[in-house]
Amino acid sequence: MHAPAPIVADATEKDTATSVSIKDLSLSFGAIDVLTHLDLDVADGEFLVLLGPSGCGKSTLLNCIAGLLDISDGQIFIKGENVTWKEPKDRGIGMVFQSYALYPQMSVEKNLSFGLRNTKMAKDEIARRVARAARILQIEPLLNRKPAALSGGQRQRVAIGRALVRDVDVFLFDEPLSNLDAKLRSELRVEIKRLHQTLDNTMIYVTHDQIEALTLADRIAVMKGGVIQQLDRPLTIYNRPANRFVAGFIGSPAMNFLEGELVETPDGPAFRMSHLMIDLAGYESAEPLRTGRRVTLGVRPEHIALSSEGGQDAYPAQFELDEPMGADSLVWLDLDGQHLSARTSAGNTFDPGQELHVSFAMPMASLFDAETEERL
Amino acid sequence: MSDITMTLPERSLSAGPRGAKPRRRFAPSTIMLYSVLIIAALYYLLPLYVMVVTSLKGMPEIRMGNIFAPPVDITFEPWITAWDSACTGLYCEGIKVGFWNSVKITVPGVIVSIAIASVNGYALANWRFKGSEIFFTILLFGAFIPYQVLLYPLVILLRELGIFSTLTGIVLVHTIFGMPILTLLFRNYFAALPVELFKAARVDGAGFWQIFLQIYLPMSLPIFVVGLILQVTGIWNDFLFGVVFAGSQNYPMTVQLNNIVNAVQGVKQYNVNMAATLLTGAVPLFVYFVSGRLFVRGIAAGAVKG
Repeated sequence: MHAPAPIVADATEKDTATSVSIKDLSLSFGAIDVLTHLDLDVADGEFLVLLGPSGCGKSTLLNCIAGLLDISDGQIFIKGENVTWKEPKDRGIGMVFQSYALYPQMSVEKNLSFGLRNTKMAKDEIARRVARAARILQIEPLLNRKPAALSGGQRQRVAIGRALVRDVDVFLFDEPLSNLDAKLRSELRVEIKRLHQTLDNTMIYVTHDQIEALTLADRIAVMKGGVIQQLDRPLTIYNRPANRFVAGFIGSPAMNFLEGELVETPDGPAFRMSHLMIDLAGYESAEPLRTGRRVTLGVRPEHIALSSEGGQDAYPAQFELDEPMGADSLVWLDLDGQHLSARTSAGNTFDPGQELHVSFAMPMASLFDAETEERL
Repeated sequence: MSDITMTLPERSLSAGPRGAKPRRRFAPSTIMLYSVLIIAALYYLLPLYVMVVTSLKGMPEIRMGNIFAPPVDITFEPWITAWDSACTGLYCEGIKVGFWNSVKITVPGVIVSIAIASVNGYALANWRFKGSEIFFTILLFGAFIPYQVLLYPLVILLRELGIFSTLTGIVLVHTIFGMPILTLLFRNYFAALPVELFKAARVDGAGFWQIFLQIYLPMSLPIFVVGLILQVTGIWNDFLFGVVFAGSQNYPMTVQLNNIVNAVQGVKQYNVNMAATLLTGAVPLFVYFVSGRLFVRGIAAGAVKG
């Protein structure tokens, strides 16, 4: 298990109070450590996405924030108040689940008001809040229906409404769009973003879908093995991934990884494959590159340019096959014995074995230590 | 579906088979299937038939010995006798006494056992506490202990509690013995309900009883029907506990029936015996016929998810 990655506080974006603050949180089920010494601060009004593969602990973390799971160690603060031992209902959170979790025997209106009725709120206040939520989510005509008579998208709106009526400080979303088909998913994604702009609430959103993460988030926390690998703004995560895992997880089509060695040349450090020597000029490393070790060069397909003639910093590669994707096309090449994919405009046709030349946009590339897999 | 329809001209189809595959009505496999089913049905229905026709005959007709013959002279006298004036031991008040005793045992027994077991199952499925797994294991273990082993200890226990030979005692015994299987049933059913529903209700501020009564109960009709059928048949058909724990003034119908059928004095009145037996079996049969479909649904819901 790695030590927790240092969390870069992003003070420039919103210099306001923290909304949710997690300090040294650990959770283990018996002998299995699910979360270990996790720290996380979410700013007021921020949209934070927890992203990671299945079993990385992202949903578990969300359940801990909601108070649905008892943590083993650490503290949770919401709006500056220590809620570590508080019941879910007393934490000022609303939660939206993947399976919608609507109460099947209650009408939409009763579903929305269930939480309020539990607090013994006055009837007219309940009615006012339900009407407001229904108006915001455009589900007014559905108020008397049962969940079974709703479509997937409508159900998820009602589920969001249930959090909305309670006027909570923090919205928690647990993969809310995963059960919807692709078209509805992109529609609701936009609506959630719009909702966030309207309400300006803090939202913590769990997903394994990188598109959702990149499009929705103010910041993304990429998780793996119960540890936050990187916490940053979407574009920073995309362009400057902190380690090889983040680099490989984010981006579709996936980043290319070339294995090689870092060597010293008269022109500065270079990346040596079995025969090729790739110039690293333009690459911004955190500290001066220490040569003489195995490294992985990560380049996204869109940062590779193809040409038929060679030239300065262009390297010979053989065409293997291409995957047309409509607007553009993914071309697979053999570069010095390693596979490489490059994104080109559609319409280019090549013959198998044809010799092409590739050049890399080095400022956009990533270099990882082959052993620690950390960014250099 | 797409709204583009394939409009192939008819003549483009070739001469071979087309459309739905024809089914032969009297294929050998069909005949085999139905013969087996009919034979099995007859095998189970024949004794019932004999009982019904015998109960409708007078004794002279029965003595002629042809048990399969339909009654020549239909009489309901044996049914009236069985209900109203057949002798069980010293008393000749018919099986109606036993019927009402069984009702008095079954109704509270079913209600109490299901009420406790459903809450048990709900707690074990959703509110895990330290040692809940062990508790459940011990409870299940109870399902495998032969009743006979526990009879004597239970007698002593009830005696010490001062409820031996009382209605309270017999209801308590039925509740205890129904607990393992019923709890298992309810636990599995509740565990198969989506856990996110439970979480959502907790976020909405509902507590233990609110979630149970307002969210889970309305979704659980099938499993309650299963529990109802199991308990009604179980308690109604019980003989052993009734004879041991109920006390002679509370003997359930099964015990009374035994006393009628096994009476050693006088002539064996087969028609009365048959009528009394049918009367005794009527209640579980009625419950099953009324709610059988729900029973199957409830059993299936526990087994297959979704």
